[in-house]
Amino acid sequence: MKSDNIINLNSENTKSLLPQETINETIKESIVLVGNPNVGKSCIFNFLSGMYVDVSNFPGTTVALTKSIYKGKNIFDTPGIYGVSSFNDEEKVAKKIILNSDIILNVVNALHLERDLFLTLQLIDMGKRVTLVLNFADELKKRKIRIDTAKLSELLGVEVIETSAVNKTGLDKLDSAIENAKIGNQQLDLHFILQQVMEKNIPQAEALLILEGDEETSSKYEIGVGTADEREKIYIGRRNRVNEIVDTVEYEDSKKGEIFNLLGRLSLNPLTGLPILAVILTLVYFFIGDFISQRIVDYTENVIGKGVFEYNVKSFVADYTPSRIDVEIFDTQENLVSQKSFSFSDGLSSLPVLQKEFENYSKQPGAVSEFNFTNPFVRLFFGEFGVITMTITYLLFLLTPLVIGFYFVMALLEDSGYLPRLATMLDRAFNKIGLNGRAVIPIMLGFGCITMANITTRLLGTEREKSIVTAILQFVIPCSAQLAVITVLLSGAGLKSLLIFIGVIFTVLITLSTILNKMLPGESSPLLIDLPLMRLPRISNVIKKTFYRSYGFMKEAGFWFFVGALAIGIFELTGILSVWQDILAPFTTHWLKLPKEAANAFVMGMVRRDFGAAGLFDMKLTVEQITVAIITITLFVPCIASFVVMLKERGWKEGFTIWFGTWITAFFIGGLVAQIII
Amino acid sequence: MPNSTLDKARKGTAVTIIKLPSGIIRIQLIRLGITEGDTIKCIERLPGGTIVVQKNRQEIAVGYDLAKKIKVIIL
Repeated sequence: MKSDNIINLNSENTKSLLPQETINETIKESIVLVGNPNVGKSCIFNFLSGMYVDVSNFPGTTVALTKSIYKGKNIFDTPGIYGVSSFNDEEKVAKKIILNSDIILNVVNALHLERDLFLTLQLIDMGKRVTLVLNFADELKKRKIRIDTAKLSELLGVEVIETSAVNKTGLDKLDSAIENAKIGNQQLDLHFILQQVMEKNIPQAEALLILEGDEETSSKYEIGVGTADEREKIYIGRRNRVNEIVDTVEYEDSKKGEIFNLLGRLSLNPLTGLPILAVILTLVYFFIGDFISQRIVDYTENVIGKGVFEYNVKSFVADYTPSRIDVEIFDTQENLVSQKSFSFSDGLSSLPVLQKEFENYSKQPGAVSEFNFTNPFVRLFFGEFGVITMTITYLLFLLTPLVIGFYFVMALLEDSGYLPRLATMLDRAFNKIGLNGRAVIPIMLGFGCITMANITTRLLGTEREKSIVTAILQFVIPCSAQLAVITVLLSGAGLKSLLIFIGVIFTVLITLSTILNKMLPGESSPLLIDLPLMRLPRISNVIKKTFYRSYGFMKEAGFWFFVGALAIGIFELTGILSVWQDILAPFTTHWLKLPKEAANAFVMGMVRRDFGAAGLFDMKLTVEQITVAIITITLFVPCIASFVVMLKERGWKEGFTIWFGTWITAFFIGGLVAQIII
Repeated sequence: MPNSTLDKARKGTAVTIIKLPSGIIRIQLIRLGITEGDTIKCIERLPGGTIVVQKNRQEIAVGYDLAKKIKVIIL
């Protein structure tokens, strides 16, 4: 690994996140990899730089820009795009890098020449030095397709090489191909129009973008963009030329269906697709719901997080500050065997005998130590909900395994080509609530972690869709931490509870999204999605992608979990939290018909959503009360971390509207159910 | 069958595109290889009207509302 620099781009301010330094460096001498999504760009980048990056199969899930060094030159990998302009974040990022580049290594999927050459011709029209890399050349032979590369090279006027990045064949030709990159053939009529713009001292690449209606570029030179007609003339001319070229260079010997193709077809139609989805979801449930959230998280959170990490940090802190430590010993059936309380008025080491006794007692198997620090500020950082102790346990030992699990499953589904087909199958259902099929991705991720899903809403086409999905996530989708507790509560409550729960939540989902769909101005974007070939996911690819995404999420969201914990800690310290509980208490007892203590459970739900539900374990509730409680808690406010991330993504006004909305809905609906069934 | 729209295409039929809607979506269609005058095959028509078309080896899913705005001749 020589050097790396991954920049995650935020949808709002692409500019500021693309450091000036990066752009300046680009000016020096740089090679840029450009191509449509799923062409194997990243594999080639990896080969050239010796460093791996994200290879994506679902068009546009992440915008990451990666830089490395190749033979003393900067080399950039860009997000997959279908053309250079400013329609979305991926394009904006790619455009900036391309405009400042010297050599473009244009990677195309040899199986999709007709689609991919459109971008190639645009790059050639920009007057850049280009080399064309025909990737997936091995697949051509399998499918009995031949491409006359010599002819293609002649027509385009640039070097063309065949590679198969996955099998690492043809990659030895990359070195000379980069050296031989040259300016390709341009159509005469376009060349003539371009010259007129270039006379105003505008470089050819930018002149082309201006003609194609790119407002970002035209405002830089303070001249008007090309008219819609001009742009279309260029686009259609280019499209026709692509078709001509493909007709000339491509020969198909025979067409052959494949088992993967069949599977792809079957997963599109609800008749066969829904059973396939059910099978996949069951497998996912066993992997995430059972394996990760039960076994792995149980170990990491309780044994490592609380038992080792928190115990040692708190013991260390207790050495310097007064505390009372309650230790309880449980047997393997989780029955309380014995308990002891230790008081240290001046730190552990001030009473060496008692300290020894405490250490021996608390290090027995099955011991759970609760540190009560006298100093409120120490409590704020190291107490039960301490900003440092609780947040680190939560982030590293509960959330990290879950996030990794979810990203792993997503990467598998993405790499196999299933995800775009799922989006297609569900498109009509999503249309009814003002969304298109792509919205399935953030909603699926929401069952893992709402905070993670809030960030993923960026991939949706319009602000309107982002608002609807964000609201759905905060109102009705229970995250995995919460689901686990709900499952336990429901398992004791029976089928009737389950049906009422699902019925109510589903009704709220439909009502909420229908209202939003009616109320929010504008139109949602229609589904238009490229379905890549189905294939077996490559496990190394999936693992590395999972790692990069999980790391990216922690880097972006991790900090906000600390901010959230600090806010709650301050509320507790100042007594606001207990005031809140007192206000909620009458609603809880009269309207929701639950015990007064349930109000604490709701307020604690703001810290972590599972705290809210877990508080209900200790109460003696009837089946009806359990039903009301889990409905209220599911609809209740998101945890503080997802609230903060939501504010960041969607702005203050929308964030607070949704937040207060969940309060009102949770209590209103929960109470309504209580009045009916209790 | 002149002046039909893409959402009316049945599974397995070929259509020739006469007119695409305007705006950004038009550019996106052109980039994906769907232009006026092209003949594409409807390989799947899902309940509700989502259309999956094929052009050469490329499969593209088109939402119902968008399909309604694409004028075609069904062959």
